[in-house]
Amino acid sequence: MSAKAPLDPVALANAKARGKRPYFFRDPDVERVLSIAMAIAMEHAVTRQRLDALERLVEAKGLLSRAELDAFVPGPEAEAERTRWMKEYIARVLRIVQQETEAVERAASGSDQAMEQVMDELRHS
Amino acid sequence: MSTRELPPSWTHVGRHGVFPTAGLDDAARFDFLANLNGFLSGQVLPKVRDAYERKVKPAFEQAEGRAPADRHEVRRAMATEPTWQTWSALRRASMEMRQQAGRSLVFRQLDEINARAAALNADAPTLRLDPAVKVPRYASAVDIHCMPGGYHTEVVPDDTSAGANYDSGIFATTGGMLGRYNDGGGQAVAQWLRREHPDFQPRRILDIGCTIGHNTVPLAQAFPDAEVVAIDVAAPMLRYGHARAKSLGVDNIVFRQADGERLDDPDAHYDLVMTSMFWHETSSTAMPRMLREIFRLLAPGGLTIHLEQPQYQGMDPYEQFIRDWDAYNNNEPFWSVMHDYDLAAMMAAAGFDRARYFETKVRGVVDRSIFPEASGEKEDYGRAALWTAFGAWKP
Repeated sequence: MSAKAPLDPVALANAKARGKRPYFFRDPDVERVLSIAMAIAMEHAVTRQRLDALERLVEAKGLLSRAELDAFVPGPEAEAERTRWMKEYIARVLRIVQQETEAVERAASGSDQAMEQVMDELRHS
Repeated sequence: MSTRELPPSWTHVGRHGVFPTAGLDDAARFDFLANLNGFLSGQVLPKVRDAYERKVKPAFEQAEGRAPADRHEVRRAMATEPTWQTWSALRRASMEMRQQAGRSLVFRQLDEINARAAALNADAPTLRLDPAVKVPRYASAVDIHCMPGGYHTEVVPDDTSAGANYDSGIFATTGGMLGRYNDGGGQAVAQWLRREHPDFQPRRILDIGCTIGHNTVPLAQAFPDAEVVAIDVAAPMLRYGHARAKSLGVDNIVFRQADGERLDDPDAHYDLVMTSMFWHETSSTAMPRMLREIFRLLAPGGLTIHLEQPQYQGMDPYEQFIRDWDAYNNNEPFWSVMHDYDLAAMMAAAGFDRARYFETKVRGVVDRSIFPEASGEKEDYGRAALWTAFGAWKP
């Protein structure tokens, strides 16, 4: 290994290929988001595959059958916890949807001011 | 869905002494990519064609009073078609993710892989590196198929990372269609020779642009008494390829760093000169020069054979356009130019007798260890085990 700065395997793995990248959508912002979403989709698949392996091993070792797992019915307390988690999870993922609807509402009432506007205001008051 | 439509899991990939050590997550990433590619070619691509036939082509005809004359007109007309944009953006993302997945696998264990390669390569007279060999412009102008650093970049001294990354991902990109060891091209040539020319016994074989030698090894195995020379300009590929062949028990290949435009072998030195999916990664000056060099190197009665994707002549403009995708969008800049060439004329200009020129289709040998059923006819444009083989015998 080089005597200089140690290699950064994470940055190296992510390196860009030489040559201008084509963008296909009219708006390159859409493509950036798609690219991130696809990476998340892949990592989600990785997690699902790992969980599947775990379930199969747990079953093979006789600790639990997958049928038991599928037949799992949470008790009332667990159900409430799980539902809260799911609700929060969905809200997290769709944060921007909520924020954009809030923005629409505030635009109607004029309560969301642009930074430049507030800057000007503070400069003079 | 029958199992034959599902790509085999990456866990079936052929391992050898320098293959990166992969965990469950690495395999899952490659499996995701193989299935994403399958979805894109199987589910989305037919819809791209539908959009062309039903919307884009009629609109073009309406405006111009004629059908698109060539693939370039199709490409310009399709640029704003949403189905094509989506398919392309996802395909590009898939290529980039494939590189990231392979490189993350390799770089986290680079010292270990390089050490294993060094041990297998130590003092071997069959690995001949030459730092004086310059990487040609065609191999360095852009990083071919979006492989950061291309074939040649050395991240550390005595590096094999480019080879290890290349080797780790082919199986996913091709959906396993090239076999566990991704050697379908070499297997196809060996099988074709056995079937069509059972008496041909080459004493010396040259493979130009061998990368990691995955297509050289089947020839070395088919002709164990032959002296095989595999050349490439990229040292990381040769180090990795040599170690790979060694660990697979193949000892009759010399991996040599050299430029195919000028080799220091004497005239008429080889009985068989081959390339696999190589020409589309060269240039308009390099290709005829190398063909002339092949003519010089070939012994009387010798054969040169080249596996490539099909030429565009006679192909409808839409299919040419789709096949051109990699040229524009996967850093294969010579692909489009090369597939327009009249290969017979080019070979003739290099000295070959036009009457001895041949062109045929060869299909990869199905690896029964991963495809228990006969595989389908499906093709993913440049990623399936189906090639055009062209070449000539030297009288």
